[in-house]
Amino acid sequence: MCGIAGILAGSGSARPSRAQLERMIGSLRHRGPDGIGFFEADQVGLAHSRLSIIDLATGDQPIPNEDRSIWTVFNGEIFNYPELRRELEAAGHRFATQSDTETIVHAYEEYGDDFVHRLNGQFAIALWDTRRRRLVLARDRLGIRPLFYSWAQGALLFASEVKAIRAVHPQGMRLDLASLSNVFTCWSTVGDRTVFEGVQSLPAGHILTVENGVQQVEKYWDWTFPVDAARCGTFEESAEELRELLIDAVRMQLRADVPVGAYLSGGLDSSGIVSIIRRFSDNPLRTFSISFEEPEFDESKHQQQMASYLGTDHETVRCTRRQIGEHFPQFVWHAESPVVRTAPVPLMMLSARVREAGFKVVLTGEGADEVFGGYDLFKEGKIRRFWASQPDSTCRPALLGRLYPYLRQSPVGNQAYAAGFFGKDLSDVDDPAYAHGARWATTRRLCNFLSEDVRSQLRADQNAQAPAIVLPREFAAWESLARDQYIEAKTLLEGYLLSSQGDRVAMANSVEGRVPFLDHRLVEFAGRLPARYKLRALQEKAILKTALAGLLPAEIRARTKQPYRAPDAPCFFTDGRPLPYVEELLSERKLRESGYFDASAVSRLLEKCRLGRAIGFSDNMALVGVISTMLVHQQFITAPAVAAGH
Amino acid sequence: MSVQEELKSFIVQNFLFSTDLSRLGDADSLLEKGIVDSTGILELVTHIEEKYGIRVMDQEMLPANLDSVNAIAGFIERKRSNS
Repeated sequence: MCGIAGILAGSGSARPSRAQLERMIGSLRHRGPDGIGFFEADQVGLAHSRLSIIDLATGDQPIPNEDRSIWTVFNGEIFNYPELRRELEAAGHRFATQSDTETIVHAYEEYGDDFVHRLNGQFAIALWDTRRRRLVLARDRLGIRPLFYSWAQGALLFASEVKAIRAVHPQGMRLDLASLSNVFTCWSTVGDRTVFEGVQSLPAGHILTVENGVQQVEKYWDWTFPVDAARCGTFEESAEELRELLIDAVRMQLRADVPVGAYLSGGLDSSGIVSIIRRFSDNPLRTFSISFEEPEFDESKHQQQMASYLGTDHETVRCTRRQIGEHFPQFVWHAESPVVRTAPVPLMMLSARVREAGFKVVLTGEGADEVFGGYDLFKEGKIRRFWASQPDSTCRPALLGRLYPYLRQSPVGNQAYAAGFFGKDLSDVDDPAYAHGARWATTRRLCNFLSEDVRSQLRADQNAQAPAIVLPREFAAWESLARDQYIEAKTLLEGYLLSSQGDRVAMANSVEGRVPFLDHRLVEFAGRLPARYKLRALQEKAILKTALAGLLPAEIRARTKQPYRAPDAPCFFTDGRPLPYVEELLSERKLRESGYFDASAVSRLLEKCRLGRAIGFSDNMALVGVISTMLVHQQFITAPAVAAGH
Repeated sequence: MSVQEELKSFIVQNFLFSTDLSRLGDADSLLEKGIVDSTGILELVTHIEEKYGIRVMDQEMLPANLDSVNAIAGFIERKRSNS
C-alpha cells in the first residue's frame, strides 16, 4: 500500500517537472515511507511513495513491462497475483520482479482495459502506455483505495489524496458548497464529487483513460443483486459456500512478506475473520482493539472474551474524550473532508499503535454489514414497509422498539414518537432512499447552521437538493433490502467508511487495512442471495452467522449488533471550556471570515454542547460537522499549499 | 412571559439555535417541521419537568401532548390543575 501521484501535461505544454512530482509525492510520505520512485516520459510524470509489503527486495515502483513500453504506479494489493502471474507467464509474459504490481502491466498488455476484470484486490492504478501515449487510471470495485484527479490549465493532475493535487494546482482550492450539503445529509459526497471545486474522485469500479487529449470514464463493475432462485441453493448450502469463499478471501488477504495483524472489535465480523486466521493459517496472531471510558461505546468485555477464546496476543488502545478532541485536527488533515462523527479518530490512534508494534498490515471486519444486511437501518426499512402495507396498525410500528438497543438515548425509546418519526413518508415504499430518509433527515438539520448566504446559493443549486446517486437500470426490480444495500454502499460505505474511517486513518500511520468481506467474489455471491438469507425476519446477517458456526462461540454469534461508535461533542471540551483550537475556529471572527456558518447559531450550539445538554444525534453531528468544516477551510483553503500538513 | 412564549423561546433557541420567534408558529407540528429529532423529545421533556415542576409519565409522551407549543401548554395546564 502506498501513495501515487502524477501529471499528464496537455500537448504543446511543458512536460511535468521532477520538482512538481516531488512536491506531490512529498505530501504523501505517510502512505509510503519506505521509498520513492519516479517515471517521466513524453507528457507524463508518475510518482510513487512505497509502503513495502510484497516483494520487499525488487518491488520498487514505477514498474514496466518487458520492453518498457508500459509503466505503472499503484497503491494497494493484487491478492490473486500468484495465480494471475502463472496465467500471464503461460501466455508468454516475462516477469522481472516478484511483486504483485508487475501483474498489472502484463495484464494490460494481454487484456487491454479489460485487465481490471482479472484483478482481485484493492487498488488505485495509474498506467502509462507509451506507444499509444495513453493514460489509464483505475480504481478497485468497492472504493477501498482512493484516487482523485483535477484538470488544471490543460493538464490532468491525479493522486491518492487531494493534498498532493493541491501541492501543484495553479489555483487555490475552494469548498464545493453543494458537496458540503451532501456531507451534511448522507455523511459523504457521492459519485465523482468531492468537497473541493474542480477536484473529482474516480468512483469505485471505474476506469478513466486519456488519449489524444480526450478523457473517458467508464464503469467496469457495480454492486448488483440478481437474485436467481434456480441458481442459489438452500440456506444451508449457501452458508457452506459462503464459509468456503470467506476462508479463501482471508487466505488470499494474508499474503504479505511482512507480519499481518487484525482488528478485533469483539463483534461478529472481526471475530469471524480472526477465527478463520487462527483456524486455517499458521499466522501468529496479534490483534488490536479500541476501548472507551464510556460504557455506552466500550466493547472491551467482548473483545477480551474473543481474544481469550482464540488465544490471540491482544492489545487494547484506550481512547479518552480528550485524546479524540486533540487528535481531531490531524484526522481532518488526513480525511480531507468535513465529517459528522468523531468515530474515525480512535481508529487513527489505533493504527498508530499498530505501527509502533511493528505491523504494516491489518485485516478488519469492515464491509460485512453492507454485504449481509447487518445495520439496524435495514431492519428499519423492513419494518416500515411492513407497516406501510397496513398503515392503521398499532402492532406493526411497535416492532420499531426492537431496534437500536445499544443506544443510551434511543430514537425508538418512546413508541408514540418512534411511530411519529419513522412514520413520515411511510407510503413512499418505492423511494430509493426509503430506508435512509430518517437518517438523512436527522443529519440534514446541520444545514440549519449554514449562513444565509450559503443557503441561498444552495437553493439555486440542483446538486445540493439531493445526493445524485446514479441508479442501475435494474434497481427498481431488486428486492427492497437489495435497494437499501445499494444506497448504503454508494453513500456511507464508499464515501465515508472506506475513506475517512478506513483508508485515511490507517494510512495516517502507514498501516494498510485489508477487508476480506469486500472481496468482490464474496460481494457478488451475496448479491445473488435472496434477502431472507441475509435479513431473516429481524435477524441480521443470518447466513453469515450460520457460516461462522463452529468457528465462533454461540454467544458471540447471538450477540446483538453494536455498531462501532465514539463520543462526539464532549470530546471538544475540557474543564468546562472548549479546547483552545475549537474556541478559536468557532469564534465569531473566524466564522464570519469563512462565511460558511451562521455565527450566532454556532455560538448557541457551542454553548449547549459546553453545558453537556447536547444529547441528541443532530446536535452532536452539528458540532462535529462545523468544527471539521472549519478545519478543512483552515488546512486546505487558506493555508499555503507548501506549508500545510503535519 | 406566558407559558406559550416561554416554550416557544426555549424551542427556538434550543432546537433552532435562533432568537427569531417568528420561525415557529404556536400550532406548528415539531415533528412535521423536523424541529425535534428522534432524540430531541427527551430534551423537551426534561425542560418541561424542570421548568414547570411536573412529571411527564412514559404513557404521556405522546405527540398529542407535546408536538406543538399549544399542545405542550395545554398539557402543562392540565397537569398543574390535576396536581
